[in-house]
Amino acid sequence: MADNSQTILHTESKGRFASSRLYAVFSRDKKAQFGILILTLFIISAILAPLIAPYDPNKMSLDMMLAPSSKHLLGTDDLGRDLFSRIIWGTQVSLFVGIVTVAISMLIGVLLGVLAGYYGGWIDMIIMRYIDLQWAFPNFIIAVYLVAVFGTGLLNIIVAISLAFLDDFARIARSMVLTLKEEQFIDAARVQGFSDLRIMLRHILPNSMAPIIVQATVSVSYAILGEASLSFLGLGVNVDTPTWGLILADGRSFISQAWWLGVFPGLAIMLIVLSITSIGDALRDAFDVRENTL
Amino acid sequence: MTGYIIRRILGAVLVMLAVSVLVFFMIRLVPGDPIGAMLADAGSEEAREALMRKFGFDQPLSVQFLKWFGNLLYGDLGASLYGSNQKVTTIILEALPRTMSLAALSFVIAIAIALPAGIISALKRNTSTDTAVSLFAFLGLSMPDFWLAILLIIVFAANLQWLPAIGYEPLSSGVWEWFSHLILPSIAIGTGFSAIIARMVRSSLLEVMQADYIRTAASKGLEQKKIIFWHALPNAMIPVITVLGIAFALLISGAVVVENVFSIKGLGRVLIQGIINRDYPVVQGAVLFVSAFFVFANLIVDLLYAVIDPRIRYD
Repeated sequence: MADNSQTILHTESKGRFASSRLYAVFSRDKKAQFGILILTLFIISAILAPLIAPYDPNKMSLDMMLAPSSKHLLGTDDLGRDLFSRIIWGTQVSLFVGIVTVAISMLIGVLLGVLAGYYGGWIDMIIMRYIDLQWAFPNFIIAVYLVAVFGTGLLNIIVAISLAFLDDFARIARSMVLTLKEEQFIDAARVQGFSDLRIMLRHILPNSMAPIIVQATVSVSYAILGEASLSFLGLGVNVDTPTWGLILADGRSFISQAWWLGVFPGLAIMLIVLSITSIGDALRDAFDVRENTL
Repeated sequence: MTGYIIRRILGAVLVMLAVSVLVFFMIRLVPGDPIGAMLADAGSEEAREALMRKFGFDQPLSVQFLKWFGNLLYGDLGASLYGSNQKVTTIILEALPRTMSLAALSFVIAIAIALPAGIISALKRNTSTDTAVSLFAFLGLSMPDFWLAILLIIVFAANLQWLPAIGYEPLSSGVWEWFSHLILPSIAIGTGFSAIIARMVRSSLLEVMQADYIRTAASKGLEQKKIIFWHALPNAMIPVITVLGIAFALLISGAVVVENVFSIKGLGRVLIQGIINRDYPVVQGAVLFVSAFFVFANLIVDLLYAVIDPRIRYD
């Protein structure tokens, strides 16, 4: 851990060094380049969905269960809806849920972790007792439990997944704070009479960012997978929003006649997860963060 | 050592206690009650109140909790709000063997793939075999289990018609009947799990192979095979076992999802159906059982680790 924080301090204190290192890692990591390419395509199709999608994703027609063709690139479903358009629109939901949930859980998780690590004592004890309890269960199961409590729907899904990922961020932030607290520059800041808030925000947080960024990147892919799984199980976003998990669930009854309904939505989920994970792996190399989750 | 074991068991009991309290209260603090869902807002006010009384929802929360908890200690989890109001314990005891069979078979399949794959890719480091294994692991980790399940159904059930697409048969209807219904779901669950284990075996074995005692063994003229299986592998398994706890978690979350694809009425399906119906007693019972699985698995892994690696201190 000590080596780790040294490297991070080093990286942060020389901004140019960090960016050149990022460049070095990404320029030789083929998997990461592939990831960036795929992710960019998904982001573009999410933003430009109304322009790219050839049909209204919810418009039913009599062209039911048509195989992929030039008219319907990925075929149509049992209600005659164009699968390609539905998947393009589904990108919006997936990326939105993935990014928003991770942003929320990072904000709250890091706050809890920093408070626990910085103040120690009973604050640490109360926060970490809860975090440890949650840590005993997989994130996805926590999300399912929370949906059981809050119910389904976009907002509830976002709340459930954000809370489910809290513990990862809290633990990382806390351990970073514990390491940094021993550093001389924190003592120096304290001696100068800076407030706790300032020390946490200006001195501790910036130096803890590397592992948090790596965790956030990887978490986005897990959150996307989580939303897809929940939607697939019927616990997700409501039925008239086309999301990948839901499209797959809708198509499930027809896969023996229409394989495309079972193949393409899942492929989209896998590609986005794959691309984000490979970017996360490259960031981990670049920032020299030790893999501590697995 | 005994002190350590007792402390860990007490810890596990505390976690389960916390879970049961949290589950009971959180589910009730949130608006939307099950009676409303049952009557679909169609019943009269009297019908509503009668139902509330029947299921005890008219009593104060603290009374409801004490009653529920007292019954829990006697192994009574209440009855489902739906259908023939089956006892929750009956529903869960029926579901349990299905989930256990599924988890056990997934575990076996995953290990059967992961061990050889990990060992081979470590021994043939940086060859095309190694690359193939790491690519498989990478894909296996990114593939949603429910999608893999659907792909398997498309290929093996819908097209080749080798295996049944849905359902479960108990062992008593024949080994093949049981096995043929479980093999596809088990592969769907086990693949992600095997990817993690294979990666772990590879990196752990590579690390151990650098150790001095391996070089000593080699310079004594010991056969390569003996070095690997007698000296390297047992030590390389230690970190793998710690990961088993996390991987087991994957196995159960996988079962929760995949049971729903194959319409296997295991714990996962009971849990999800309960949530969709807002059937409180069933959800509570299923959450408790699924949680117990994790707590128990973590406990076993911790204890196993202590037995295997004598360097761990128990204070």
